[in-house]
Amino acid sequence: MKSNGSPSAMLEGDGLAAVRGRAQLFANVGFRVDACQTLFVTGPNGSGKTTLLRMLAGLSTPTVGIIRWMGNTVAPFDARLREDVAFAGHLPALKDELSAIENLVVLAALGGEKVTTEQALLALDRVALSRQRTLPARVLSQGQRRRIGLARLALVNKPLWILDEPTTALDSDGVALLTTLLRQHLDANGCAVVATHQPLSVPRFANLALA
Amino acid sequence: MPAVAWALARDLKISLRSKAELGIQLLFYVIVVTLFPLATTPERSLLAAIGPGVLWVAALLASLLSLSRLFAADHADGTLEQMALSPWPLPALVSGKIAAHWLTTGLPIVLLAPLLSAQYALERDAMWILTAALLIGTPILSLLGGIGAALTLGLRGGGTLLALLVLPLYVPILIFGAGSVDAVRAGLSAGPHLSLLGAGLLVALVGAPFAAAAAVRVALD
Amino acid sequence: MAAHWFLYASPASFYPIAGRMAPWFAAAAAALALVGLWIGLVVAPTDAQQGDAYRIIFIHVPAAWMSMFIYLVMAFWSALALGYNTRLSAMMAQALAPTGALMTFIALWTGAFWGRPTWGTYWAWDARMTSELILLFLYLGVIALRNGIDDPRRADKACSVLTLVGAVNVPIIYFSVKWWNTLHQGSTISMTAAPKMAAIMVTALGLMTLATWGYAIAVALIRVRAIIVERERGASWLSHLPEVRRLVV
Repeated sequence: MKSNGSPSAMLEGDGLAAVRGRAQLFANVGFRVDACQTLFVTGPNGSGKTTLLRMLAGLSTPTVGIIRWMGNTVAPFDARLREDVAFAGHLPALKDELSAIENLVVLAALGGEKVTTEQALLALDRVALSRQRTLPARVLSQGQRRRIGLARLALVNKPLWILDEPTTALDSDGVALLTTLLRQHLDANGCAVVATHQPLSVPRFANLALA
Repeated sequence: MPAVAWALARDLKISLRSKAELGIQLLFYVIVVTLFPLATTPERSLLAAIGPGVLWVAALLASLLSLSRLFAADHADGTLEQMALSPWPLPALVSGKIAAHWLTTGLPIVLLAPLLSAQYALERDAMWILTAALLIGTPILSLLGGIGAALTLGLRGGGTLLALLVLPLYVPILIFGAGSVDAVRAGLSAGPHLSLLGAGLLVALVGAPFAAAAAVRVALD
Repeated sequence: MAAHWFLYASPASFYPIAGRMAPWFAAAAAALALVGLWIGLVVAPTDAQQGDAYRIIFIHVPAAWMSMFIYLVMAFWSALALGYNTRLSAMMAQALAPTGALMTFIALWTGAFWGRPTWGTYWAWDARMTSELILLFLYLGVIALRNGIDDPRRADKACSVLTLVGAVNVPIIYFSVKWWNTLHQGSTISMTAAPKMAAIMVTALGLMTLATWGYAIAVALIRVRAIIVERERGASWLSHLPEVRRLVV
C-alpha cells in the first residue's frame, strides 16, 4: 500500500498531443501537479478532456509526448501508475445485479484493497447510502450510483485521483461531499486531476484549458 | 492467483443472478444437436457415425454464441477499464472471467454429452471418450475464444466477426476432439488425441490470458 | 545503423523510396514470369503420368509458397508494430494481407483445376489444400477485422495481435489437418504432389517463384503508398506531393 506521506507525489505531462481518427484534439499540452495540488482541466465539449484524462490514467497511448509519475516516465498500463491511481471516468463501473455494498467491495478490491464489511459500511454511511446498501444497483438513482463512486474514493488509498466530470448527477449535498473528500485527499499529500465544468473549492489548484 | 479466483467468483455471482442467460446457451446447444437427425436421417448407424462430429460442432457454435458476452457487459459499464487499471495483473483477471465462461457454457455441455450421445446411438466407449475429449477441449474453446472476444469488443457485427476470427483457430481442437472417437472405433487408443488436446490446453492456459489481456488493452485505447 | 532504420520507419521517408523501388520489382517480376512461363509451358517436356495438365504447377506451387511466406512476413511486421509501436510496420502488414489472400485463393483455384484431370475430382480434402483453405480464412479474418475497426491505430494493434495468434496456430492447424487426413485416407496420396521433376521443370518453378515474389513486393509497395496517403492525409509533406495536388481541386 502506497504511503500518502511521500512529498514527491507528482504528475507531469510534457508535450502531449492526441489524434483521434482524423481529428487533432490537442497538442503540446504540458503541466505539473504536485502533492496537495489539483489540476482542473477545462474546455468545451469535444476538446479532448476525457482523452487527456484517460492518457494520464494510463488507458490510452499519447500520440506524442511523455507522462511522468513520481519522476518516472510511465507508458500506458504501467504497473507503478496502476498501483497509485484511482480513475473515475464517465462510466461508474457498477454492476446492476450486485448490491450497493457488493459493488463497493468489488471496486475497492479492484483497487487492490481488501476491505472488511465494516469499512465498507462506514464508507457508505459517509455518502448517506447506508439504507440502500443491500439494494441492487439497478434500482438506485443516478445520483446514488455516483455516490458509490465517491465511497470508493474514500475507501482506497491512492495518491493520484483522476476524475472525469465527477459532479455529474450530484446534487448540492453530493458536490459538498465530493469537495470534502477531495480536500481530505489533498491534505494527505495526494494530488488530483479533475475535468469539470463546475469549479470545486480547494486550496491549491491550477487550471489547464484545452482550447 | 487470488485475482483469478476473485474474478471467477465475481463473474459467477453475476451470471447466477441473471439466470436467463445460463439456460439459453444450453438450450441452443440441445436444439442444434436435435436438428441434424431431422436434416439427415434417424437411421442409427449413420447417426452414430456423424454423432461425435455433430456434438463437437454444436459445442463450438454454442461457445461462440456466448463469447461475445464475455467482456461486453464489463466494457459497457466501465468495469473493464477499472480491471485494466487495477494493480492486479490483467491476465489473471481475464483468466478468472474465462474460467467463469467455461463453467457456465462448456461444463454444462460436457455434462449433457452422455445424454445427447444416446440421441445419436453412440456406443458406451465412444460416449466416454467423447465426454473426456469435450472436458479437455471445451476450456480451450473458451481460452482461444476469449482472445477473439477481446479483439472484437464493441465493434459492429462483433458476433459474426468473432466467429470468423476464431473458428479457423478451433479446427485442431475439433479434429483431435472428434477424432478421438474415431480412433477408439478403429480399435486404436484415444491416448494420442487426448494427450494432444491436453497439451493444447496447457499451452492455451499459459498463453491465451496474456494475448486476451493485450487485446483488451488495445480495445480500451 | 539502428538510427538509419528508424529514419526509414517514418511513412514520410518511406513513401518516395517505395515509389522508386516498386517499378524495379514489377519489371523484374514481369521478366522472370515471361521466361519462367516460356520454359514451363512451352519448353518443358510433357509429363509421362500427368500429361500437360501438370503445367499448372508453375502457377500453383509459387502461389502456395507465397501464401505461406507472406503470412510469415505479415507476422514479422505485426511483431515489429506491437514491439516498437511504429505506424509504418503496421501499414506494411496491412498492405500485405490482400496479396496473401489472393495468393491463397490462386493456390486453391489452380489446385482444384490440377486435381480434376489428374485425380478426377476438384476437391479431395487432402491435407495441403485443406490447410490452405484455413489459411485463406485466417487472411480474410485479418482483413475483416481491419475493416471492422474505425480507429486506424486500434486496428493496427488488433490486427497485429490476431496475426501473431494466427501465426502460432498455423503449424498446429497444419499438423492437425495432416493427422486427420492420414487417418481417414489411409494411403498418403497427396493431391498436389508434384511429378518427378526434370531439371528444366525445376528451373521454371524457381523462376516463377522469384517472379511471384517480385510481384508480391511490387504490389505491397504500391499498396502501402496508397495506405500512407490515406492515413497520413492532413500531414504537410503529403499536401506538397504532385499526385496529391492534382487530386485537390
